[in-house]
Amino acid sequence: MSEPTPQKPEDQKPEDLKAEEAAVTETATTSETNQDTVRWTNAFREIASGNALLSLLAVVLAILIGGVLIAFTDSDVQDAAGYFFARPGDLFAAIGSAVGGAYLALFQGSIYDFRRDDFLSAIKPLTQTLVFATPLIAAGLGVAIAFRVGLFNIGGRGQIIVGAAFAGYASFAWDLPIVIHVTVAVIMGIIGGALWGAIAGLLKARTGAHEVIVTIMLNYVAYYLISFLLRTDLLKNPGSNNPKTPPAAESAVLQPIFGDGFKLHWGFVLVVAATVVAWWLIDRSSLGFKFRAVGLNPHAARVAGVKVERIYIYVMLIAGGYAGLAASTEVLGTTTSGFTSGVDAGIGFDAITVALLGRSTPWGTFAAGLLFGAFKAGGFTMQASQGIPIDIVLVVQSLIVLFIAAPPLVRAVFRLPQPGARAKKVVS
Amino acid sequence: MTFTKTSEGKSHAGSKIDRRSWKLPIAFAIVSLISGVLFVGFAEDAPTGFNLSTGSDLFQLPVIHLPALATGVVVTILTALIAVGSAFMISQDRAVPKWIPIVGAILALTGFLTWAAADETLRVPELLAGSLVLAVPLIFGALGGVISERVGVVNIAIEAQLLAGAFVSAVVGTLTGSAFAGLFAAAVAGMLVSFLLSVFAIKYLVNQIIVGVVINVLVSGLTGFLYSTWLTDNPEQLNNPEGFSTLAIPLLSGIPIIGPVLFQQTLIVYLLYVIVAAVAFALYRTRWGLRLRAVGEHPKAADTVGINVTLTRFWNVALAGAIAGLGGAFITLSQTGQFGKDVTAGAGFIALAAVIFGRWDPIKATLAALLFGFASNLQNALSVVGSPVPSEFMLMLPYVVTIIAVAGLVGKSRPPAASGTPYIKG
Repeated sequence: MSEPTPQKPEDQKPEDLKAEEAAVTETATTSETNQDTVRWTNAFREIASGNALLSLLAVVLAILIGGVLIAFTDSDVQDAAGYFFARPGDLFAAIGSAVGGAYLALFQGSIYDFRRDDFLSAIKPLTQTLVFATPLIAAGLGVAIAFRVGLFNIGGRGQIIVGAAFAGYASFAWDLPIVIHVTVAVIMGIIGGALWGAIAGLLKARTGAHEVIVTIMLNYVAYYLISFLLRTDLLKNPGSNNPKTPPAAESAVLQPIFGDGFKLHWGFVLVVAATVVAWWLIDRSSLGFKFRAVGLNPHAARVAGVKVERIYIYVMLIAGGYAGLAASTEVLGTTTSGFTSGVDAGIGFDAITVALLGRSTPWGTFAAGLLFGAFKAGGFTMQASQGIPIDIVLVVQSLIVLFIAAPPLVRAVFRLPQPGARAKKVVS
Repeated sequence: MTFTKTSEGKSHAGSKIDRRSWKLPIAFAIVSLISGVLFVGFAEDAPTGFNLSTGSDLFQLPVIHLPALATGVVVTILTALIAVGSAFMISQDRAVPKWIPIVGAILALTGFLTWAAADETLRVPELLAGSLVLAVPLIFGALGGVISERVGVVNIAIEAQLLAGAFVSAVVGTLTGSAFAGLFAAAVAGMLVSFLLSVFAIKYLVNQIIVGVVINVLVSGLTGFLYSTWLTDNPEQLNNPEGFSTLAIPLLSGIPIIGPVLFQQTLIVYLLYVIVAAVAFALYRTRWGLRLRAVGEHPKAADTVGINVTLTRFWNVALAGAIAGLGGAFITLSQTGQFGKDVTAGAGFIALAAVIFGRWDPIKATLAALLFGFASNLQNALSVVGSPVPSEFMLMLPYVVTIIAVAGLVGKSRPPAASGTPYIKG
């Protein structure tokens, strides 16, 4: 009753949107009137104030700390430290070989293995990085989009599990023609994730239930649900007693892009497309505008006529859908031989750090997903060849996010001038 | 519309009418329906025993036998009555007394237990004692969460504080050979995690939820890394802590039901009682608590009257971390006996749920944590007696209950006003 009823005809959408935009910017504190100019000024300022440099330094700092950890726990280094005063050189040599060997293995496992003879097998680690990055980017986008509305979607794990159940079921239970099958299976995965995500959105919209708590709880519910289903004939491979699904039908598999020698599959292309869609959705669409309006100030958005409750449902549908896409690429592209209740494999939680590192922008999330994919691919090589537990990757990843989130700290560590410091000097 | 009603109904009718909530009758109608279908329709016609005593009690209580079918019928009728009665009360604009939902919940629980354990005997004291043990880390974590959020810093890092406490208490407890040293070190470790949270959240003004999540990953990675490189090589020298043994309090431990549940526990649990009582008292009745809450609700006002917002936040977040760290120590020193990778297994997140479920109040959060512990332990107990429900659904129960509670009973939960927003002086 008290809601302002828009009385504009349907065909005036652009004006409608503009009016809304003006209304929101009026009430919200940020001014987005001259978006393009603002964006260019911002981009300029970011380069000028060295944000790209800071990000790089944050990565360097995190890798340095990781190196310290590796050196500390290396047994050769500990031995050499025992007779440090007799032969100090040995310690530094041991540190160098431990840390250098670790990061060399990380590089060789994730980007380019120069020990190989031909280019094709040398570049294989890079494709492996993209394989690991695929679900991370998709699930990261799900977290990032929810973030833009101010919702904290910790439910990636549950959404991936349900999405995997849907996509997996479609992939082995249904019999469809070749291209249609894989399309249907991918879409089923997206639907599964979206439905699971929408529960949290619906509860938030209808009852005000805190989305953090609901998504955390739904993670566990999804886990036990799939554990149960994996014991029934619905998902379990009838031929075995293991709680594992049958392999996906060949027609439902996302085929490798570069032939059977490489694991990189079309799921990566799907994820690139999904990133473009996310960018369009957030930055260009009217719905995305409402998303950002609600994220900046839900009260102001409500005053401006945005149906905030509905936005919560929509965004959780979309966020869940992205997590479902991650699940689809996993069960239809990477692990096609069937999956267990551990199908999520930590992707749901990694997605949060990916989205944070990407600052909740679609392309930032994409880049962060690539970086973390590289860490994951390289981490496994490092664990295998150097015996360094893959947990070090978690440490380095989280440190990167922390440092990037706190530019003043990085500036202080590298003795860079703090912004505004020069101005103060002039005054004094 | 609201205006006319208010003028008609004079006194407090205006706000009452708008807030009239049908959640309670609807919830109990659903409970009654489920009870009718499950507890009556699928009932096994056999008595369920409830053994209320243990051997060490001062006097023995008899074993109570409830007929499963009849209990189901009674529970269905009574919950239906509650649904109708509360609906009537709400339609008459009368407040529903608080004891009604509590009685209803106990009825539903009795009905469920009688149905699930039909033809078996449930050992009630063991069930409750096990629940308490499972709830202890959750309570420590939830208290840490309550203090931290009440002072205005969102503490998603409870999981990290528990994990750090668990790791350090295992290592220090083994190296020194003293469980007390391990306990103390765990508090210090939790505090260190809090320092990290404070530095980023308070000094560098990074989004607190982001810092919390990232710290969880960091501590998980760090402890996992050190566990794989150090502890697995020589577990005897590094990961074999002396645990706390059970300490029965004379006399009190002999009271039936209460004794074996509350007073035959380890020292950490008794410490927990003290801490819960102290925090609950101090938060509302002391200068410290008033300042803490003022900083969390309205930092600017607190600053105006001369409270140092930054320092208050810093030290109270540290205190919160220390308490959560103790919970981690309980896991390694009392529950598992040694540290394992990610040994907390998401307890920090459940504790976080307890904080929100308990509406940022120490006592209510403790009760919420106890509820979660009970639900987890119920699954263990019922899998022993053999229940008709698949174990996965029993394991799912606490989480579903939480969702229902948060959505239906708690409703719009309101966090401390300034929780999550950094304070910039000036």
